[in-house]
Amino acid sequence: MNAMSAPAIEIASLTKDYPVGFWRPKMKRSLDNLTFHVEQGEVFGFLGPNGAGKTTTMKLLIGLIFPTSGTARVRGRSIDDVGMHREIGYLPEQPYFYDYLTARELLDYYAQFHGFSAAERRERVTTFLERVGLTAAADVQLRKFSKGMLQRAGIAQAILHDPPVVILDEPMSGLDPIGRREIRDIMLDLKNQGRTVFFSTHILSDAEMLCDRVAVLAGGKLQGVGAPREIVTMKSQAMEILFELREGRALPADLAAQAAKIGPRHRVTVPVDSLYAALEKLRGAEAQILSVSPVHPTLEDYFFTLVGRSAPKRGVEEISR
Amino acid sequence: MSRPLASRAPWTSIVCVLLLIVLIAGLQVKIDASSRAYVNQDEDLLLSSSRAVQRMSLGYDSLVADVYWTRAVQYYGARAGIPGSQFALLAPLLNIATDLDPKLIVAYRFGAVFLAEPSPTGVGRPDLAIQLVKKGMAANPDNWYLVGDLGFLDYWYLHDYAAASQTYLDGDKIPGAPSWMKIMAALVAQRGGSVETARMIWTEVYNSTQDRSVRQRAMETLRGLRALEDEQQLDLLAQQYKDRLGHFPATTGDLRDAGLIRGNPVDPDGNPYVYGPDGKSALSPHSTIVIPKGLLLPSDIAH
Amino acid sequence: MSATFRPVAINTFREAVRDRVLYNLVLFALLMIGAAVLVGGVSIGIEQLVIVNLGLSSISIFGLVIAIFIGVGLVYKEIEKRTLYSLLAKPIKRWEFLVGKYAGLLLTLLVNTAFMTLGLAAAFFYVGGRVARADIWILVAIYFILLELALVTALAMFFSCFSSPLLSTLYTLGIYLTGVFAADIRGIGDFTKNPAVLYLTRAIYYVVPNFHNFNAIATAAHGDPIPLALIGQNSLYALLYVTLLLIASAAVFSRRNLK
Repeated sequence: MNAMSAPAIEIASLTKDYPVGFWRPKMKRSLDNLTFHVEQGEVFGFLGPNGAGKTTTMKLLIGLIFPTSGTARVRGRSIDDVGMHREIGYLPEQPYFYDYLTARELLDYYAQFHGFSAAERRERVTTFLERVGLTAAADVQLRKFSKGMLQRAGIAQAILHDPPVVILDEPMSGLDPIGRREIRDIMLDLKNQGRTVFFSTHILSDAEMLCDRVAVLAGGKLQGVGAPREIVTMKSQAMEILFELREGRALPADLAAQAAKIGPRHRVTVPVDSLYAALEKLRGAEAQILSVSPVHPTLEDYFFTLVGRSAPKRGVEEISR
Repeated sequence: MSRPLASRAPWTSIVCVLLLIVLIAGLQVKIDASSRAYVNQDEDLLLSSSRAVQRMSLGYDSLVADVYWTRAVQYYGARAGIPGSQFALLAPLLNIATDLDPKLIVAYRFGAVFLAEPSPTGVGRPDLAIQLVKKGMAANPDNWYLVGDLGFLDYWYLHDYAAASQTYLDGDKIPGAPSWMKIMAALVAQRGGSVETARMIWTEVYNSTQDRSVRQRAMETLRGLRALEDEQQLDLLAQQYKDRLGHFPATTGDLRDAGLIRGNPVDPDGNPYVYGPDGKSALSPHSTIVIPKGLLLPSDIAH
Repeated sequence: MSATFRPVAINTFREAVRDRVLYNLVLFALLMIGAAVLVGGVSIGIEQLVIVNLGLSSISIFGLVIAIFIGVGLVYKEIEKRTLYSLLAKPIKRWEFLVGKYAGLLLTLLVNTAFMTLGLAAAFFYVGGRVARADIWILVAIYFILLELALVTALAMFFSCFSSPLLSTLYTLGIYLTGVFAADIRGIGDFTKNPAVLYLTRAIYYVVPNFHNFNAIATAAHGDPIPLALIGQNSLYALLYVTLLLIASAAVFSRRNLK
């Protein structure tokens, strides 16, 4: 498989266990048989709640930790191959850098590992400092940087060698809306240059805005892979009815299966076409209708329909337990 | 794909490390040899005050004493037998060790021999040896070994037979003292300069010590005494030969031919004795035995 | 590819220089040598001896403090501060990183020792010493101190690969002291009757790095020569042992999962 047609990132049955406890350590599985791939040139979002295993996956790709079993390739090269790092740029989660260096010195330092000449380094450092908006702070020591500035310095070091694949772990975290927009712009820029961007986030709206495809991870297991675009343009296809039942009255049988009870209130979601039929049934049961509202499908809903489960009412966090 | 690299044992590294350890150990042997060559120059004993050492020992006095004691032994061992050795630091090292641990008997006993023995076997200062042993006796009044050592020093190095005899008598009073002490007191008083007395005393030194160096010294002296006795005998025989045949024998074989002796007289090393033109016997030139000086011959002592 | 350790080395050196702790130590050492000048004024005739003794001892002790103090954090700090994450994402192998950190600290010690040597020379000439042929041995003694520091640094870095700075300091100091007193340990062992103890002390003697090999301070102070064979052997010893420690460090660190 040559580098042109190979997926940018290929993950196959990747599993990671690690020992927990001191005296007789038990093995805890943080990644379970993960398999998916990222195509070249796409912006791919890696979603999931905190602790799902997203950072673990990325650290495995970079070689910071080692898999218990399974393989992964980037641009056709195994993750064992350190030479592969020439083709990737990595931004770690909550990056720390050598705080006694200035931004310029930091970028220059990292650039030295890519074999640029001194002149080329100087040029690139200046260019990328400008790209991430750090020109003014170029000669300030990193220990004086705010979190947002550190994040931007981190992105700069990840891309200054023009890698075909860029791996970003929570690139938006800790940024204010302006900062986040700037990062989004940079990421779109990278995409327009034909690079592959693989990033993780637990903020679904960011993913919806940016990604060609997403994968959802929870509890170390892959929950689903697909394109969010369909959802964004998808019209509202369901309506939610909030109602109360009088004492002693029961729900109509065909609605009961889809209803949920919250305190004295019931909630049921029905397809748009069946709205009036459902309302009739409820009227027949002498239910008191409180509200009727359209349901906007979220990514969560998408995946659960994808996998064939009904949407949980309590949110994604439940799954990881 | 094979099992991930990280979970495989680092066999290559382990083999390399073991190989390097072997090389390093071998190199250390060479370094020790080179170091011996230049350690012979006198080093500074930066802390020559026992009190200073004591303060720095932070309470671990007897441990530090042991360190100084082993240093003393190594110091001695590195220089023993080399002509011109001065052992300038031996007395201070032993003194510091025994100041830190007054019950370090083995240090007193070692010092008794090697502070008194002349160069190149020792420092050649019997007065320092006596000083050390007396210090040991003061701290360990029940130890009759040390009394024996003092008597030995008076007897052998100072030739003060009266003092030696008195010391042995005092030692005999200590409970548990061996019976030879009383015998020694008498012998030394009566026949201090005789070879037999010397042999008895050195035999006692040999038997009463566990120290390898002291034993070796005693062995060498005993062999020298044996050779001295043999020579005394051979001189007498030479005189008999001359009386009979009118001239001194040329070799010990002549004695055999004359029927005066049977067999071939050899020294404790197995080298045959030789005769000088004046009828005085001597050790073979090949012999490494050293005859101790300063003893009276049995023929000189009036019985 | 072999050049990738160089930026790491230079950056490590830069960190040590920008770390104000280093400045203080150098200053303090210079102060010590200044004190030697005062001491020299008290005793008559042996000023040079005292200064060389004190100076060489200071160079050794301060070098040791730096080697251990910075050495135990060489790898640990990068893991703790997570600066290692972005670095290892570059095309650099883990062992190249280790060699770079080691070389950087070694360079720091070299520079530090060079300055202190200059300070010693200044104090020496100040008390009227004149350059004699015998003084070459002082430089050899300093070279031996550098060999010793190279070994201690490798030791500290090895522990830094898997243990906290506090424990690493204890381990490194423990092995250092064992190495200094290795001959005495062996001597004590030789006197026991117990063959197990005898073999144990012998084994300790040959396996533990024998730091006493590198102590030529007294000899150099007297202007006495150091056998040339010993210079070669000590150099080889340090080289072999440092190689051993680097291989061990690489074996441990290359398999470590970074939390």
